[in-house]
Amino acid sequence: MSFIEPSNDSSDSGNYEEWIPTFCSRFGHEYFCQVPTDFIEDDFNLTGLSQEVAYYRKALDTILDLESTSDEEEEKNDASSNSKKDNDAHVTRSIVEHSAEQLYGLIHARFILTKAGLQAMAEKFDRKEFGTCPRYHCGSIQLLPCGLSDTLGKQTVRLYCPSCQDLYIPQSSRHLSLEGAYWGTSFPGVFLKHFKELEDYVEKKNKETYELKIFGFSIAKEAICGPRMQWLRQYPKTDEEWEEFKKCEFEIPKELLEDNPGSQSSDDNNMSSTVTN
Amino acid sequence: MSIPEESVETTEQPDVVMADALVVNDQDDGSDSGEYVEYWIDLFLGKKGHEYFCDIDTEYITDRFNLINLQKTVSKFTTVVQYMVDDLEEGIIESMSPARLEQLETDTRKLYGLIHARYIITAKGLQKMLQKYKAADFGRCPRYHCNHQPLLPVGLHDIPGIDCVKLYCPSCEDLYNPKSSRHSAIDGAYFGTSFPGMFLQGFPEMCPKHPTKRYVPKVFGFDLHKQAQLTRWQELQRLKLEKLLITKGINLNESGGYQF
Repeated sequence: MSFIEPSNDSSDSGNYEEWIPTFCSRFGHEYFCQVPTDFIEDDFNLTGLSQEVAYYRKALDTILDLESTSDEEEEKNDASSNSKKDNDAHVTRSIVEHSAEQLYGLIHARFILTKAGLQAMAEKFDRKEFGTCPRYHCGSIQLLPCGLSDTLGKQTVRLYCPSCQDLYIPQSSRHLSLEGAYWGTSFPGVFLKHFKELEDYVEKKNKETYELKIFGFSIAKEAICGPRMQWLRQYPKTDEEWEEFKKCEFEIPKELLEDNPGSQSSDDNNMSSTVTN
Repeated sequence: MSIPEESVETTEQPDVVMADALVVNDQDDGSDSGEYVEYWIDLFLGKKGHEYFCDIDTEYITDRFNLINLQKTVSKFTTVVQYMVDDLEEGIIESMSPARLEQLETDTRKLYGLIHARYIITAKGLQKMLQKYKAADFGRCPRYHCNHQPLLPVGLHDIPGIDCVKLYCPSCEDLYNPKSSRHSAIDGAYFGTSFPGMFLQGFPEMCPKHPTKRYVPKVFGFDLHKQAQLTRWQELQRLKLEKLLITKGINLNESGGYQF
C-alpha cells in the first residue's frame, strides 16, 4: 500500500498545489519571483534550455502542473506493476523534480530581465526581500541578487549593492547554496539601467567613508596597517579628480602615473607586473 | 574586608527574597564554597550575545589605576567593582531589593564594558582578542572579494550610549554592521574607537593582503560604462598609492600589501 500512496498524492486532483507558488514559497527560496505560466508556455522563451537540463519535457510538465494526468495514465497502464517498477518511478520522479527546479531557475534568470520580471523583482527589492547592505555607510540600502556565471553549477548567488557597487555574500546560510545562474550575470546591470532613479538616488547619497584611527590620530600610509584601501570607496571630489575621471573613460591613463620622477626603472618594472597580473 | 558605606542604606528592606539565580550559592554548609560559586564574569561572558567580549583579569579590575575617570559612570562604584569580581559579601546582596539588584547588574555590565574597552588595548588584552580573532568570534567579512576575512569589533565613539558596535574588516578597511541583532545592540564604547588600530599595530602579521579584484555589473558580458569608469578611476588611485609606497621602499608582497 505504501507504494501507491505517493502517486495518490500527486494525482490528488481535489486540491493539488500549483508547482510554481509552492516552489517560490519554500524556505530559503525568498529570492525567487513567480514566473507567469504564459511566459513559460511560450517556446520562444525557452530556446536552448532543452540542452541544459535532463528530462527537459518532464521537468517542463512538472513546472506547468501537467504531470498529474500523464502519471495517472501510466498508473492505469501498469496497474499490476511490481514494487521494483514503482521504486524506479519514485527515483525518476525525484530526478525530474530536481531538473524542474533547474529549469525553473534558468527560466527565472531569463524572465527577470523582461519588463514584467523587472517589475516583479522591483517589488521584492522594495520589500527588502534580498536583504540590505551590511556596510555601515551604505545605510542599509537594499541589495540585488546576482550570479557570477550563467551556467549551472559554477557559483552560488551573490548580492550586489548599488550604493557601494560591491558584491556581498548572503547573510543567511539558507541562501548560501542557491545557484547563481538562477539570477544570471546581467540582472543587476539591467535593473540599474531600467530603474534610473535608483542610480540617481545613489549618486546623490553622501559618500562617507571610514578611516581607522588610534586615539583620534590617523595612521600613516607607510605603516603595514595604514590606509591602503581608501580608493575602494573613493569618489572624485575636486576638479582635478573629475578631470582625471574623464580620462578614465575607456582605459586607465598610464601617463598619469608617470609624472613622478625618481626610481623610474624599478617603478616601470612594478607597473608592468601589476598590469600583467 | 571593608564594607562600603553605601551598604548601610540598602539594608532598609530586609525582605529575604531569594536573591537571584546569578548568585548560585544555595549551599548553606560552607561559608565560601569555592567550587560552587559561579563567577560574575564567567556568567556574563556565557550569556548569549556576549561572544565579542573577552574576560578581564581580576587583578586588572581591582587595580584602581586602571579605573581612573570611570567612577562617575556608575553609581555606587565600589559596590559595582566588588560585585564584578565576586568580592561583595553575601549578606549585602541578600539584603538588596530586586530592583536594586537589577540596577546593580546593569551598572556592573556597563562598567565591565568600559573596563573592557581599556583592557583590550593592553598587551594581555590584545593577546586574548587575538585568540578570538583567529577563531573568527567576531564574524567574517560579508564582502565577496574579502574571502571570509575575520573581522574586528570597533566603536565609533568612546562615550557610552551613542552608537552600537560595528565591525572593521582589515582586508577592505571598511565598516560593517554585525549580522546578528543581539550583537548590534552592544554599545560601541565597550570596544573603543582605537581597538582595531592597536590590534593591527600589535600584530602586523595579522594584517591581510588587500584584495584588488573588483566587480563591475555587466549586461550580457558588457560592463556598465558609468560603473566601469569609476572602477578604472579608483584603480588609478590605487596604482598611484602603490607607486608612492614603492618609491618609499615598502614591500607590497608582504602582509598589508596587495593581492593580485
